Amino acid sequence: MTVLPDAEALETALGEAERRGEATERRRGLLLALPSFAYMILFFAVPLVIVLVYSFATRTSSGSTALEDWNLDAYRKLGEPIVRNVVVRSVVLALITTVLCLVIAYPFAYFCATRSATVRNLLLVAVMIPFWTNFLVRNYAWRLLLSSGGPISSFTESIGLGPTEILFTKTAVVIGLVYAYLPFMILPLFASIDRLDWRLVEASRDLYASGPASFRKVVLPLTMPGVIAGSILVFVPSMGAYVTPELLGGGKETLLGSYIVTQFLTARNWPVGASLSFVLMAVMLVSTIIYFRAGAKNL
Amino acid sequence: MNTRSRRIRRLVPVAVLPMITLAACGGDDADEAAPITESADEPADDEAAAVEEPSEEASTATCEVGQVDGDLYLYNWSEYIDPELKDAFAAEYGVEVIEDNYDSNEAMQPIVAAGNSGYDVIVPSDYMVSIMIDEGSLMPLNLDAIPNMSNLAAEFNPPPYDPDGAYVAAYQWGTTGLGVDLTVLGEDTPRSWGLVFDPELSANFDGRITLLNDPRETLGAALKYLGYSLNTTSADELAEAKALVADAVDRIAAFDSDQYDELLATGETAIAHGYSGNMVVGIDEAENPDNYIYFVPEEGGTIWTDNMAVPFDAPHPCTAHTFMNFILDAENGAQLSEWNYYGSPNEASVPFMDPEFLADETVYPSDRSKLEFITDTGDFETEFSDALSEAKG
Amino acid sequence: MSGRTLAPTTRWVLRSNGALVLAFLYAPIILLAIYSFSGSRLPGEWGGFTTEWYVRLFDDSRIQKTIGSSVRVALVSTIIATVLGTSSALALERFKFRGRRVFDALLYLPIIIPDVTMAVMMLMFFTQAFDLVDLLFGLGLSKGFLTIVVSHVAFNIAFVSVVVRARIAGMDATLEQAAADLYANRWQAFRFVTLPLIAPGVLGGALLAITLSLDDVVVTQFVAGPGSTTLPVYVFSLIRKGVTPTINAVSVIMLLASLTLVAGSVALQRANAVRGRNNSQ
Repeated sequence: MTVLPDAEALETALGEAERRGEATERRRGLLLALPSFAYMILFFAVPLVIVLVYSFATRTSSGSTALEDWNLDAYRKLGEPIVRNVVVRSVVLALITTVLCLVIAYPFAYFCATRSATVRNLLLVAVMIPFWTNFLVRNYAWRLLLSSGGPISSFTESIGLGPTEILFTKTAVVIGLVYAYLPFMILPLFASIDRLDWRLVEASRDLYASGPASFRKVVLPLTMPGVIAGSILVFVPSMGAYVTPELLGGGKETLLGSYIVTQFLTARNWPVGASLSFVLMAVMLVSTIIYFRAGAKNL
Repeated sequence: MNTRSRRIRRLVPVAVLPMITLAACGGDDADEAAPITESADEPADDEAAAVEEPSEEASTATCEVGQVDGDLYLYNWSEYIDPELKDAFAAEYGVEVIEDNYDSNEAMQPIVAAGNSGYDVIVPSDYMVSIMIDEGSLMPLNLDAIPNMSNLAAEFNPPPYDPDGAYVAAYQWGTTGLGVDLTVLGEDTPRSWGLVFDPELSANFDGRITLLNDPRETLGAALKYLGYSLNTTSADELAEAKALVADAVDRIAAFDSDQYDELLATGETAIAHGYSGNMVVGIDEAENPDNYIYFVPEEGGTIWTDNMAVPFDAPHPCTAHTFMNFILDAENGAQLSEWNYYGSPNEASVPFMDPEFLADETVYPSDRSKLEFITDTGDFETEFSDALSEAKG
Repeated sequence: MSGRTLAPTTRWVLRSNGALVLAFLYAPIILLAIYSFSGSRLPGEWGGFTTEWYVRLFDDSRIQKTIGSSVRVALVSTIIATVLGTSSALALERFKFRGRRVFDALLYLPIIIPDVTMAVMMLMFFTQAFDLVDLLFGLGLSKGFLTIVVSHVAFNIAFVSVVVRARIAGMDATLEQAAADLYANRWQAFRFVTLPLIAPGVLGGALLAITLSLDDVVVTQFVAGPGSTTLPVYVFSLIRKGVTPTINAVSVIMLLASLTLVAGSVALQRANAVRGRNNSQ
């Protein structure tokens, strides 16, 4: 049913035009990305390579790193049971924190997205403002809040429940971490929910889907990018967190973040600090990619 | 194309900004950096005119007493120097004193070792001094420019970690021990590490003990309790100490190297492992300071000394020497210690200090036989830090 | 808006959750504000009302200097990082180009790298780089404001990019196509369609970047030069001697400053809106 003359010539011409168009698109994309790409190569990738090199170096007896006698000792150390325990403990803590943040932040982000523009912006900034105070000071404030002489404890005592003993327990650490990373979950979630086409939700209601079903089948899948972004932004730093667990948990358990800091600063064992960091990053990169792909499938 | 040119126009200011900043910063620093690189490369010639003094190594600074060659950049622990002393120095020599702070030797050392840190005087602790000497991070001192060095007591001059006396001048010293709440423990409480490590004794204070988050100090305490040296390189002895600590972890509230004094003074804890001066100052803030005491347990403990040193590439070495000499002055030394509430290594300062302060056992323990300096154990150091990490579980 | 299609219980749940979250976020802030007026140096002990810590602040030039340093670093690094982060997000979401996957992976690294590792690597990098520059150009550089900004931008680009990408990913690409159909060129499509649509994402990314920069301790500690210390590094080093109420006072002041800024921008927006309405009349 060819109406146009010489379909083949037309196809070739179209194909070429498409390719040229694609090429221009590629060039545009590259140009757009180039400034930050170049920046990241120079000021991130290059320093990273330096540290990678360090992971194969030797620790001298005075604790500095000698760039000779290249070896895999730092990587062999990763097989020790302490490393396994530390990693597992940190992963569990980070997962708990992420799930809690998600559960708390999603309704909040939803709430924000359904307000008027002014209120919405105000709420978002209100969420960030506490974090413009000093991070250490916030941790110390929590220490105070949760201590057995603090306000919460005095309150429970006055109503006859006795003093609380939350400080220096795992619960305190979770509270502290959820507090620290909640905005990192709220912001991407909000950005995603805000972009939701509500007509789709209305359509699903029109088709007799119940509230929860609409949520599960329409809203949630469409806001998946936000869920994924938020989860990554919370899970990853929680895995490496060390100040909060030490201040609020009493440092009685070794977590990955403090273990790495210990290698670099206390033990002055930079090769091991480097190897630990790289394994950690590799693991997180892989799981991020997997998570991303899995989430993308739901779309 | 419109898109590209518009985008470039938007990017130009962004690209120019760092370049301008670079030029602006580069300007001043080039002047400052040039002398450094020169002197680092050619230490001999001009500098060789330095007077030969009894010490082994020739100094790289031809400084005279009281000479200054620029402002003083001081890298010190927090709140470790009386601001009045800084002001007095600035006034007397007409220079500014710029101070930055660090919270651990190990955070300070890589910054100095990397070079071009910009600091003239640093304050490393004993074991870190020997490490930094080993790595060439410290500038040998021109002792002629620091006549007040002779004010130091014999045990600090030269100190064991700088046997040639060529690199450092002792600054303050102190001990590490236990601060306890007598209302909880009782007046006749045993003064022993067993309060922490003996399961029977410490059971009474479950959840009310803090330990330092420092492998050498905490494992060191366990080693002392077991009767070993805290500088041991024996894997067996360390394993025993590690087992004690692992057992104690269940009974402590927290590992805390910073707030132990406050936790004690507010009643959150009853036993606090910590440094002498900090402890005393913290106790003073409590409602009833008399309810608390600090002591070094009878089995022994740590004695430590912080020292003034000059980084190998200090931009103003003469000012550095003059500053050290200033601090070592008898009266200034007295003022420093009484402000810090730490021990003064300065013998000449004694007549200028409050006799009550001198008699205070917490600052100046009379029996120092069981006290040890922490020394670097070289390759064995990683064992110590691993042991603590593993003891925590 | 869809708010009306929600059941009353759901609405109640959302509202109370909102209130609880805000209470949770501000509880420690309120506490530290209260204790910034406490006369006792000990945390948690109320020593009678006093404003001495605020007074001391005015005399303490060191704290003022570090605050100034922090704010300058935060502003400059956020602007740069937001621009670069947004362009990265756009490039990755809307274009295919060579090296895209590498760029994508590279942008995740700053998020997953431990702070201390980044601190160490930047220190080493600057040391080597300065040696090289000295060798090639005889120009002696040293660490300071510039190195802190460079390091902050290095990790903030990634964070901005993640937030903006989440925004773009959920966006309807057909809107831009529609603009193209209506004869808008790429720049016009970007300026009038894409940019307004991604604006909340860009704002969110910028807010995140400012926060991360203002709070950064370890990286800044290692790449700062003498005299360029930022506030969090200074507070961190002060911890040994105790978090005096002075630090609480500083936090309260920074809080008030941010609140003022926000109030100001809201007032500005209102004024613009009114003017807009008046103009269109």
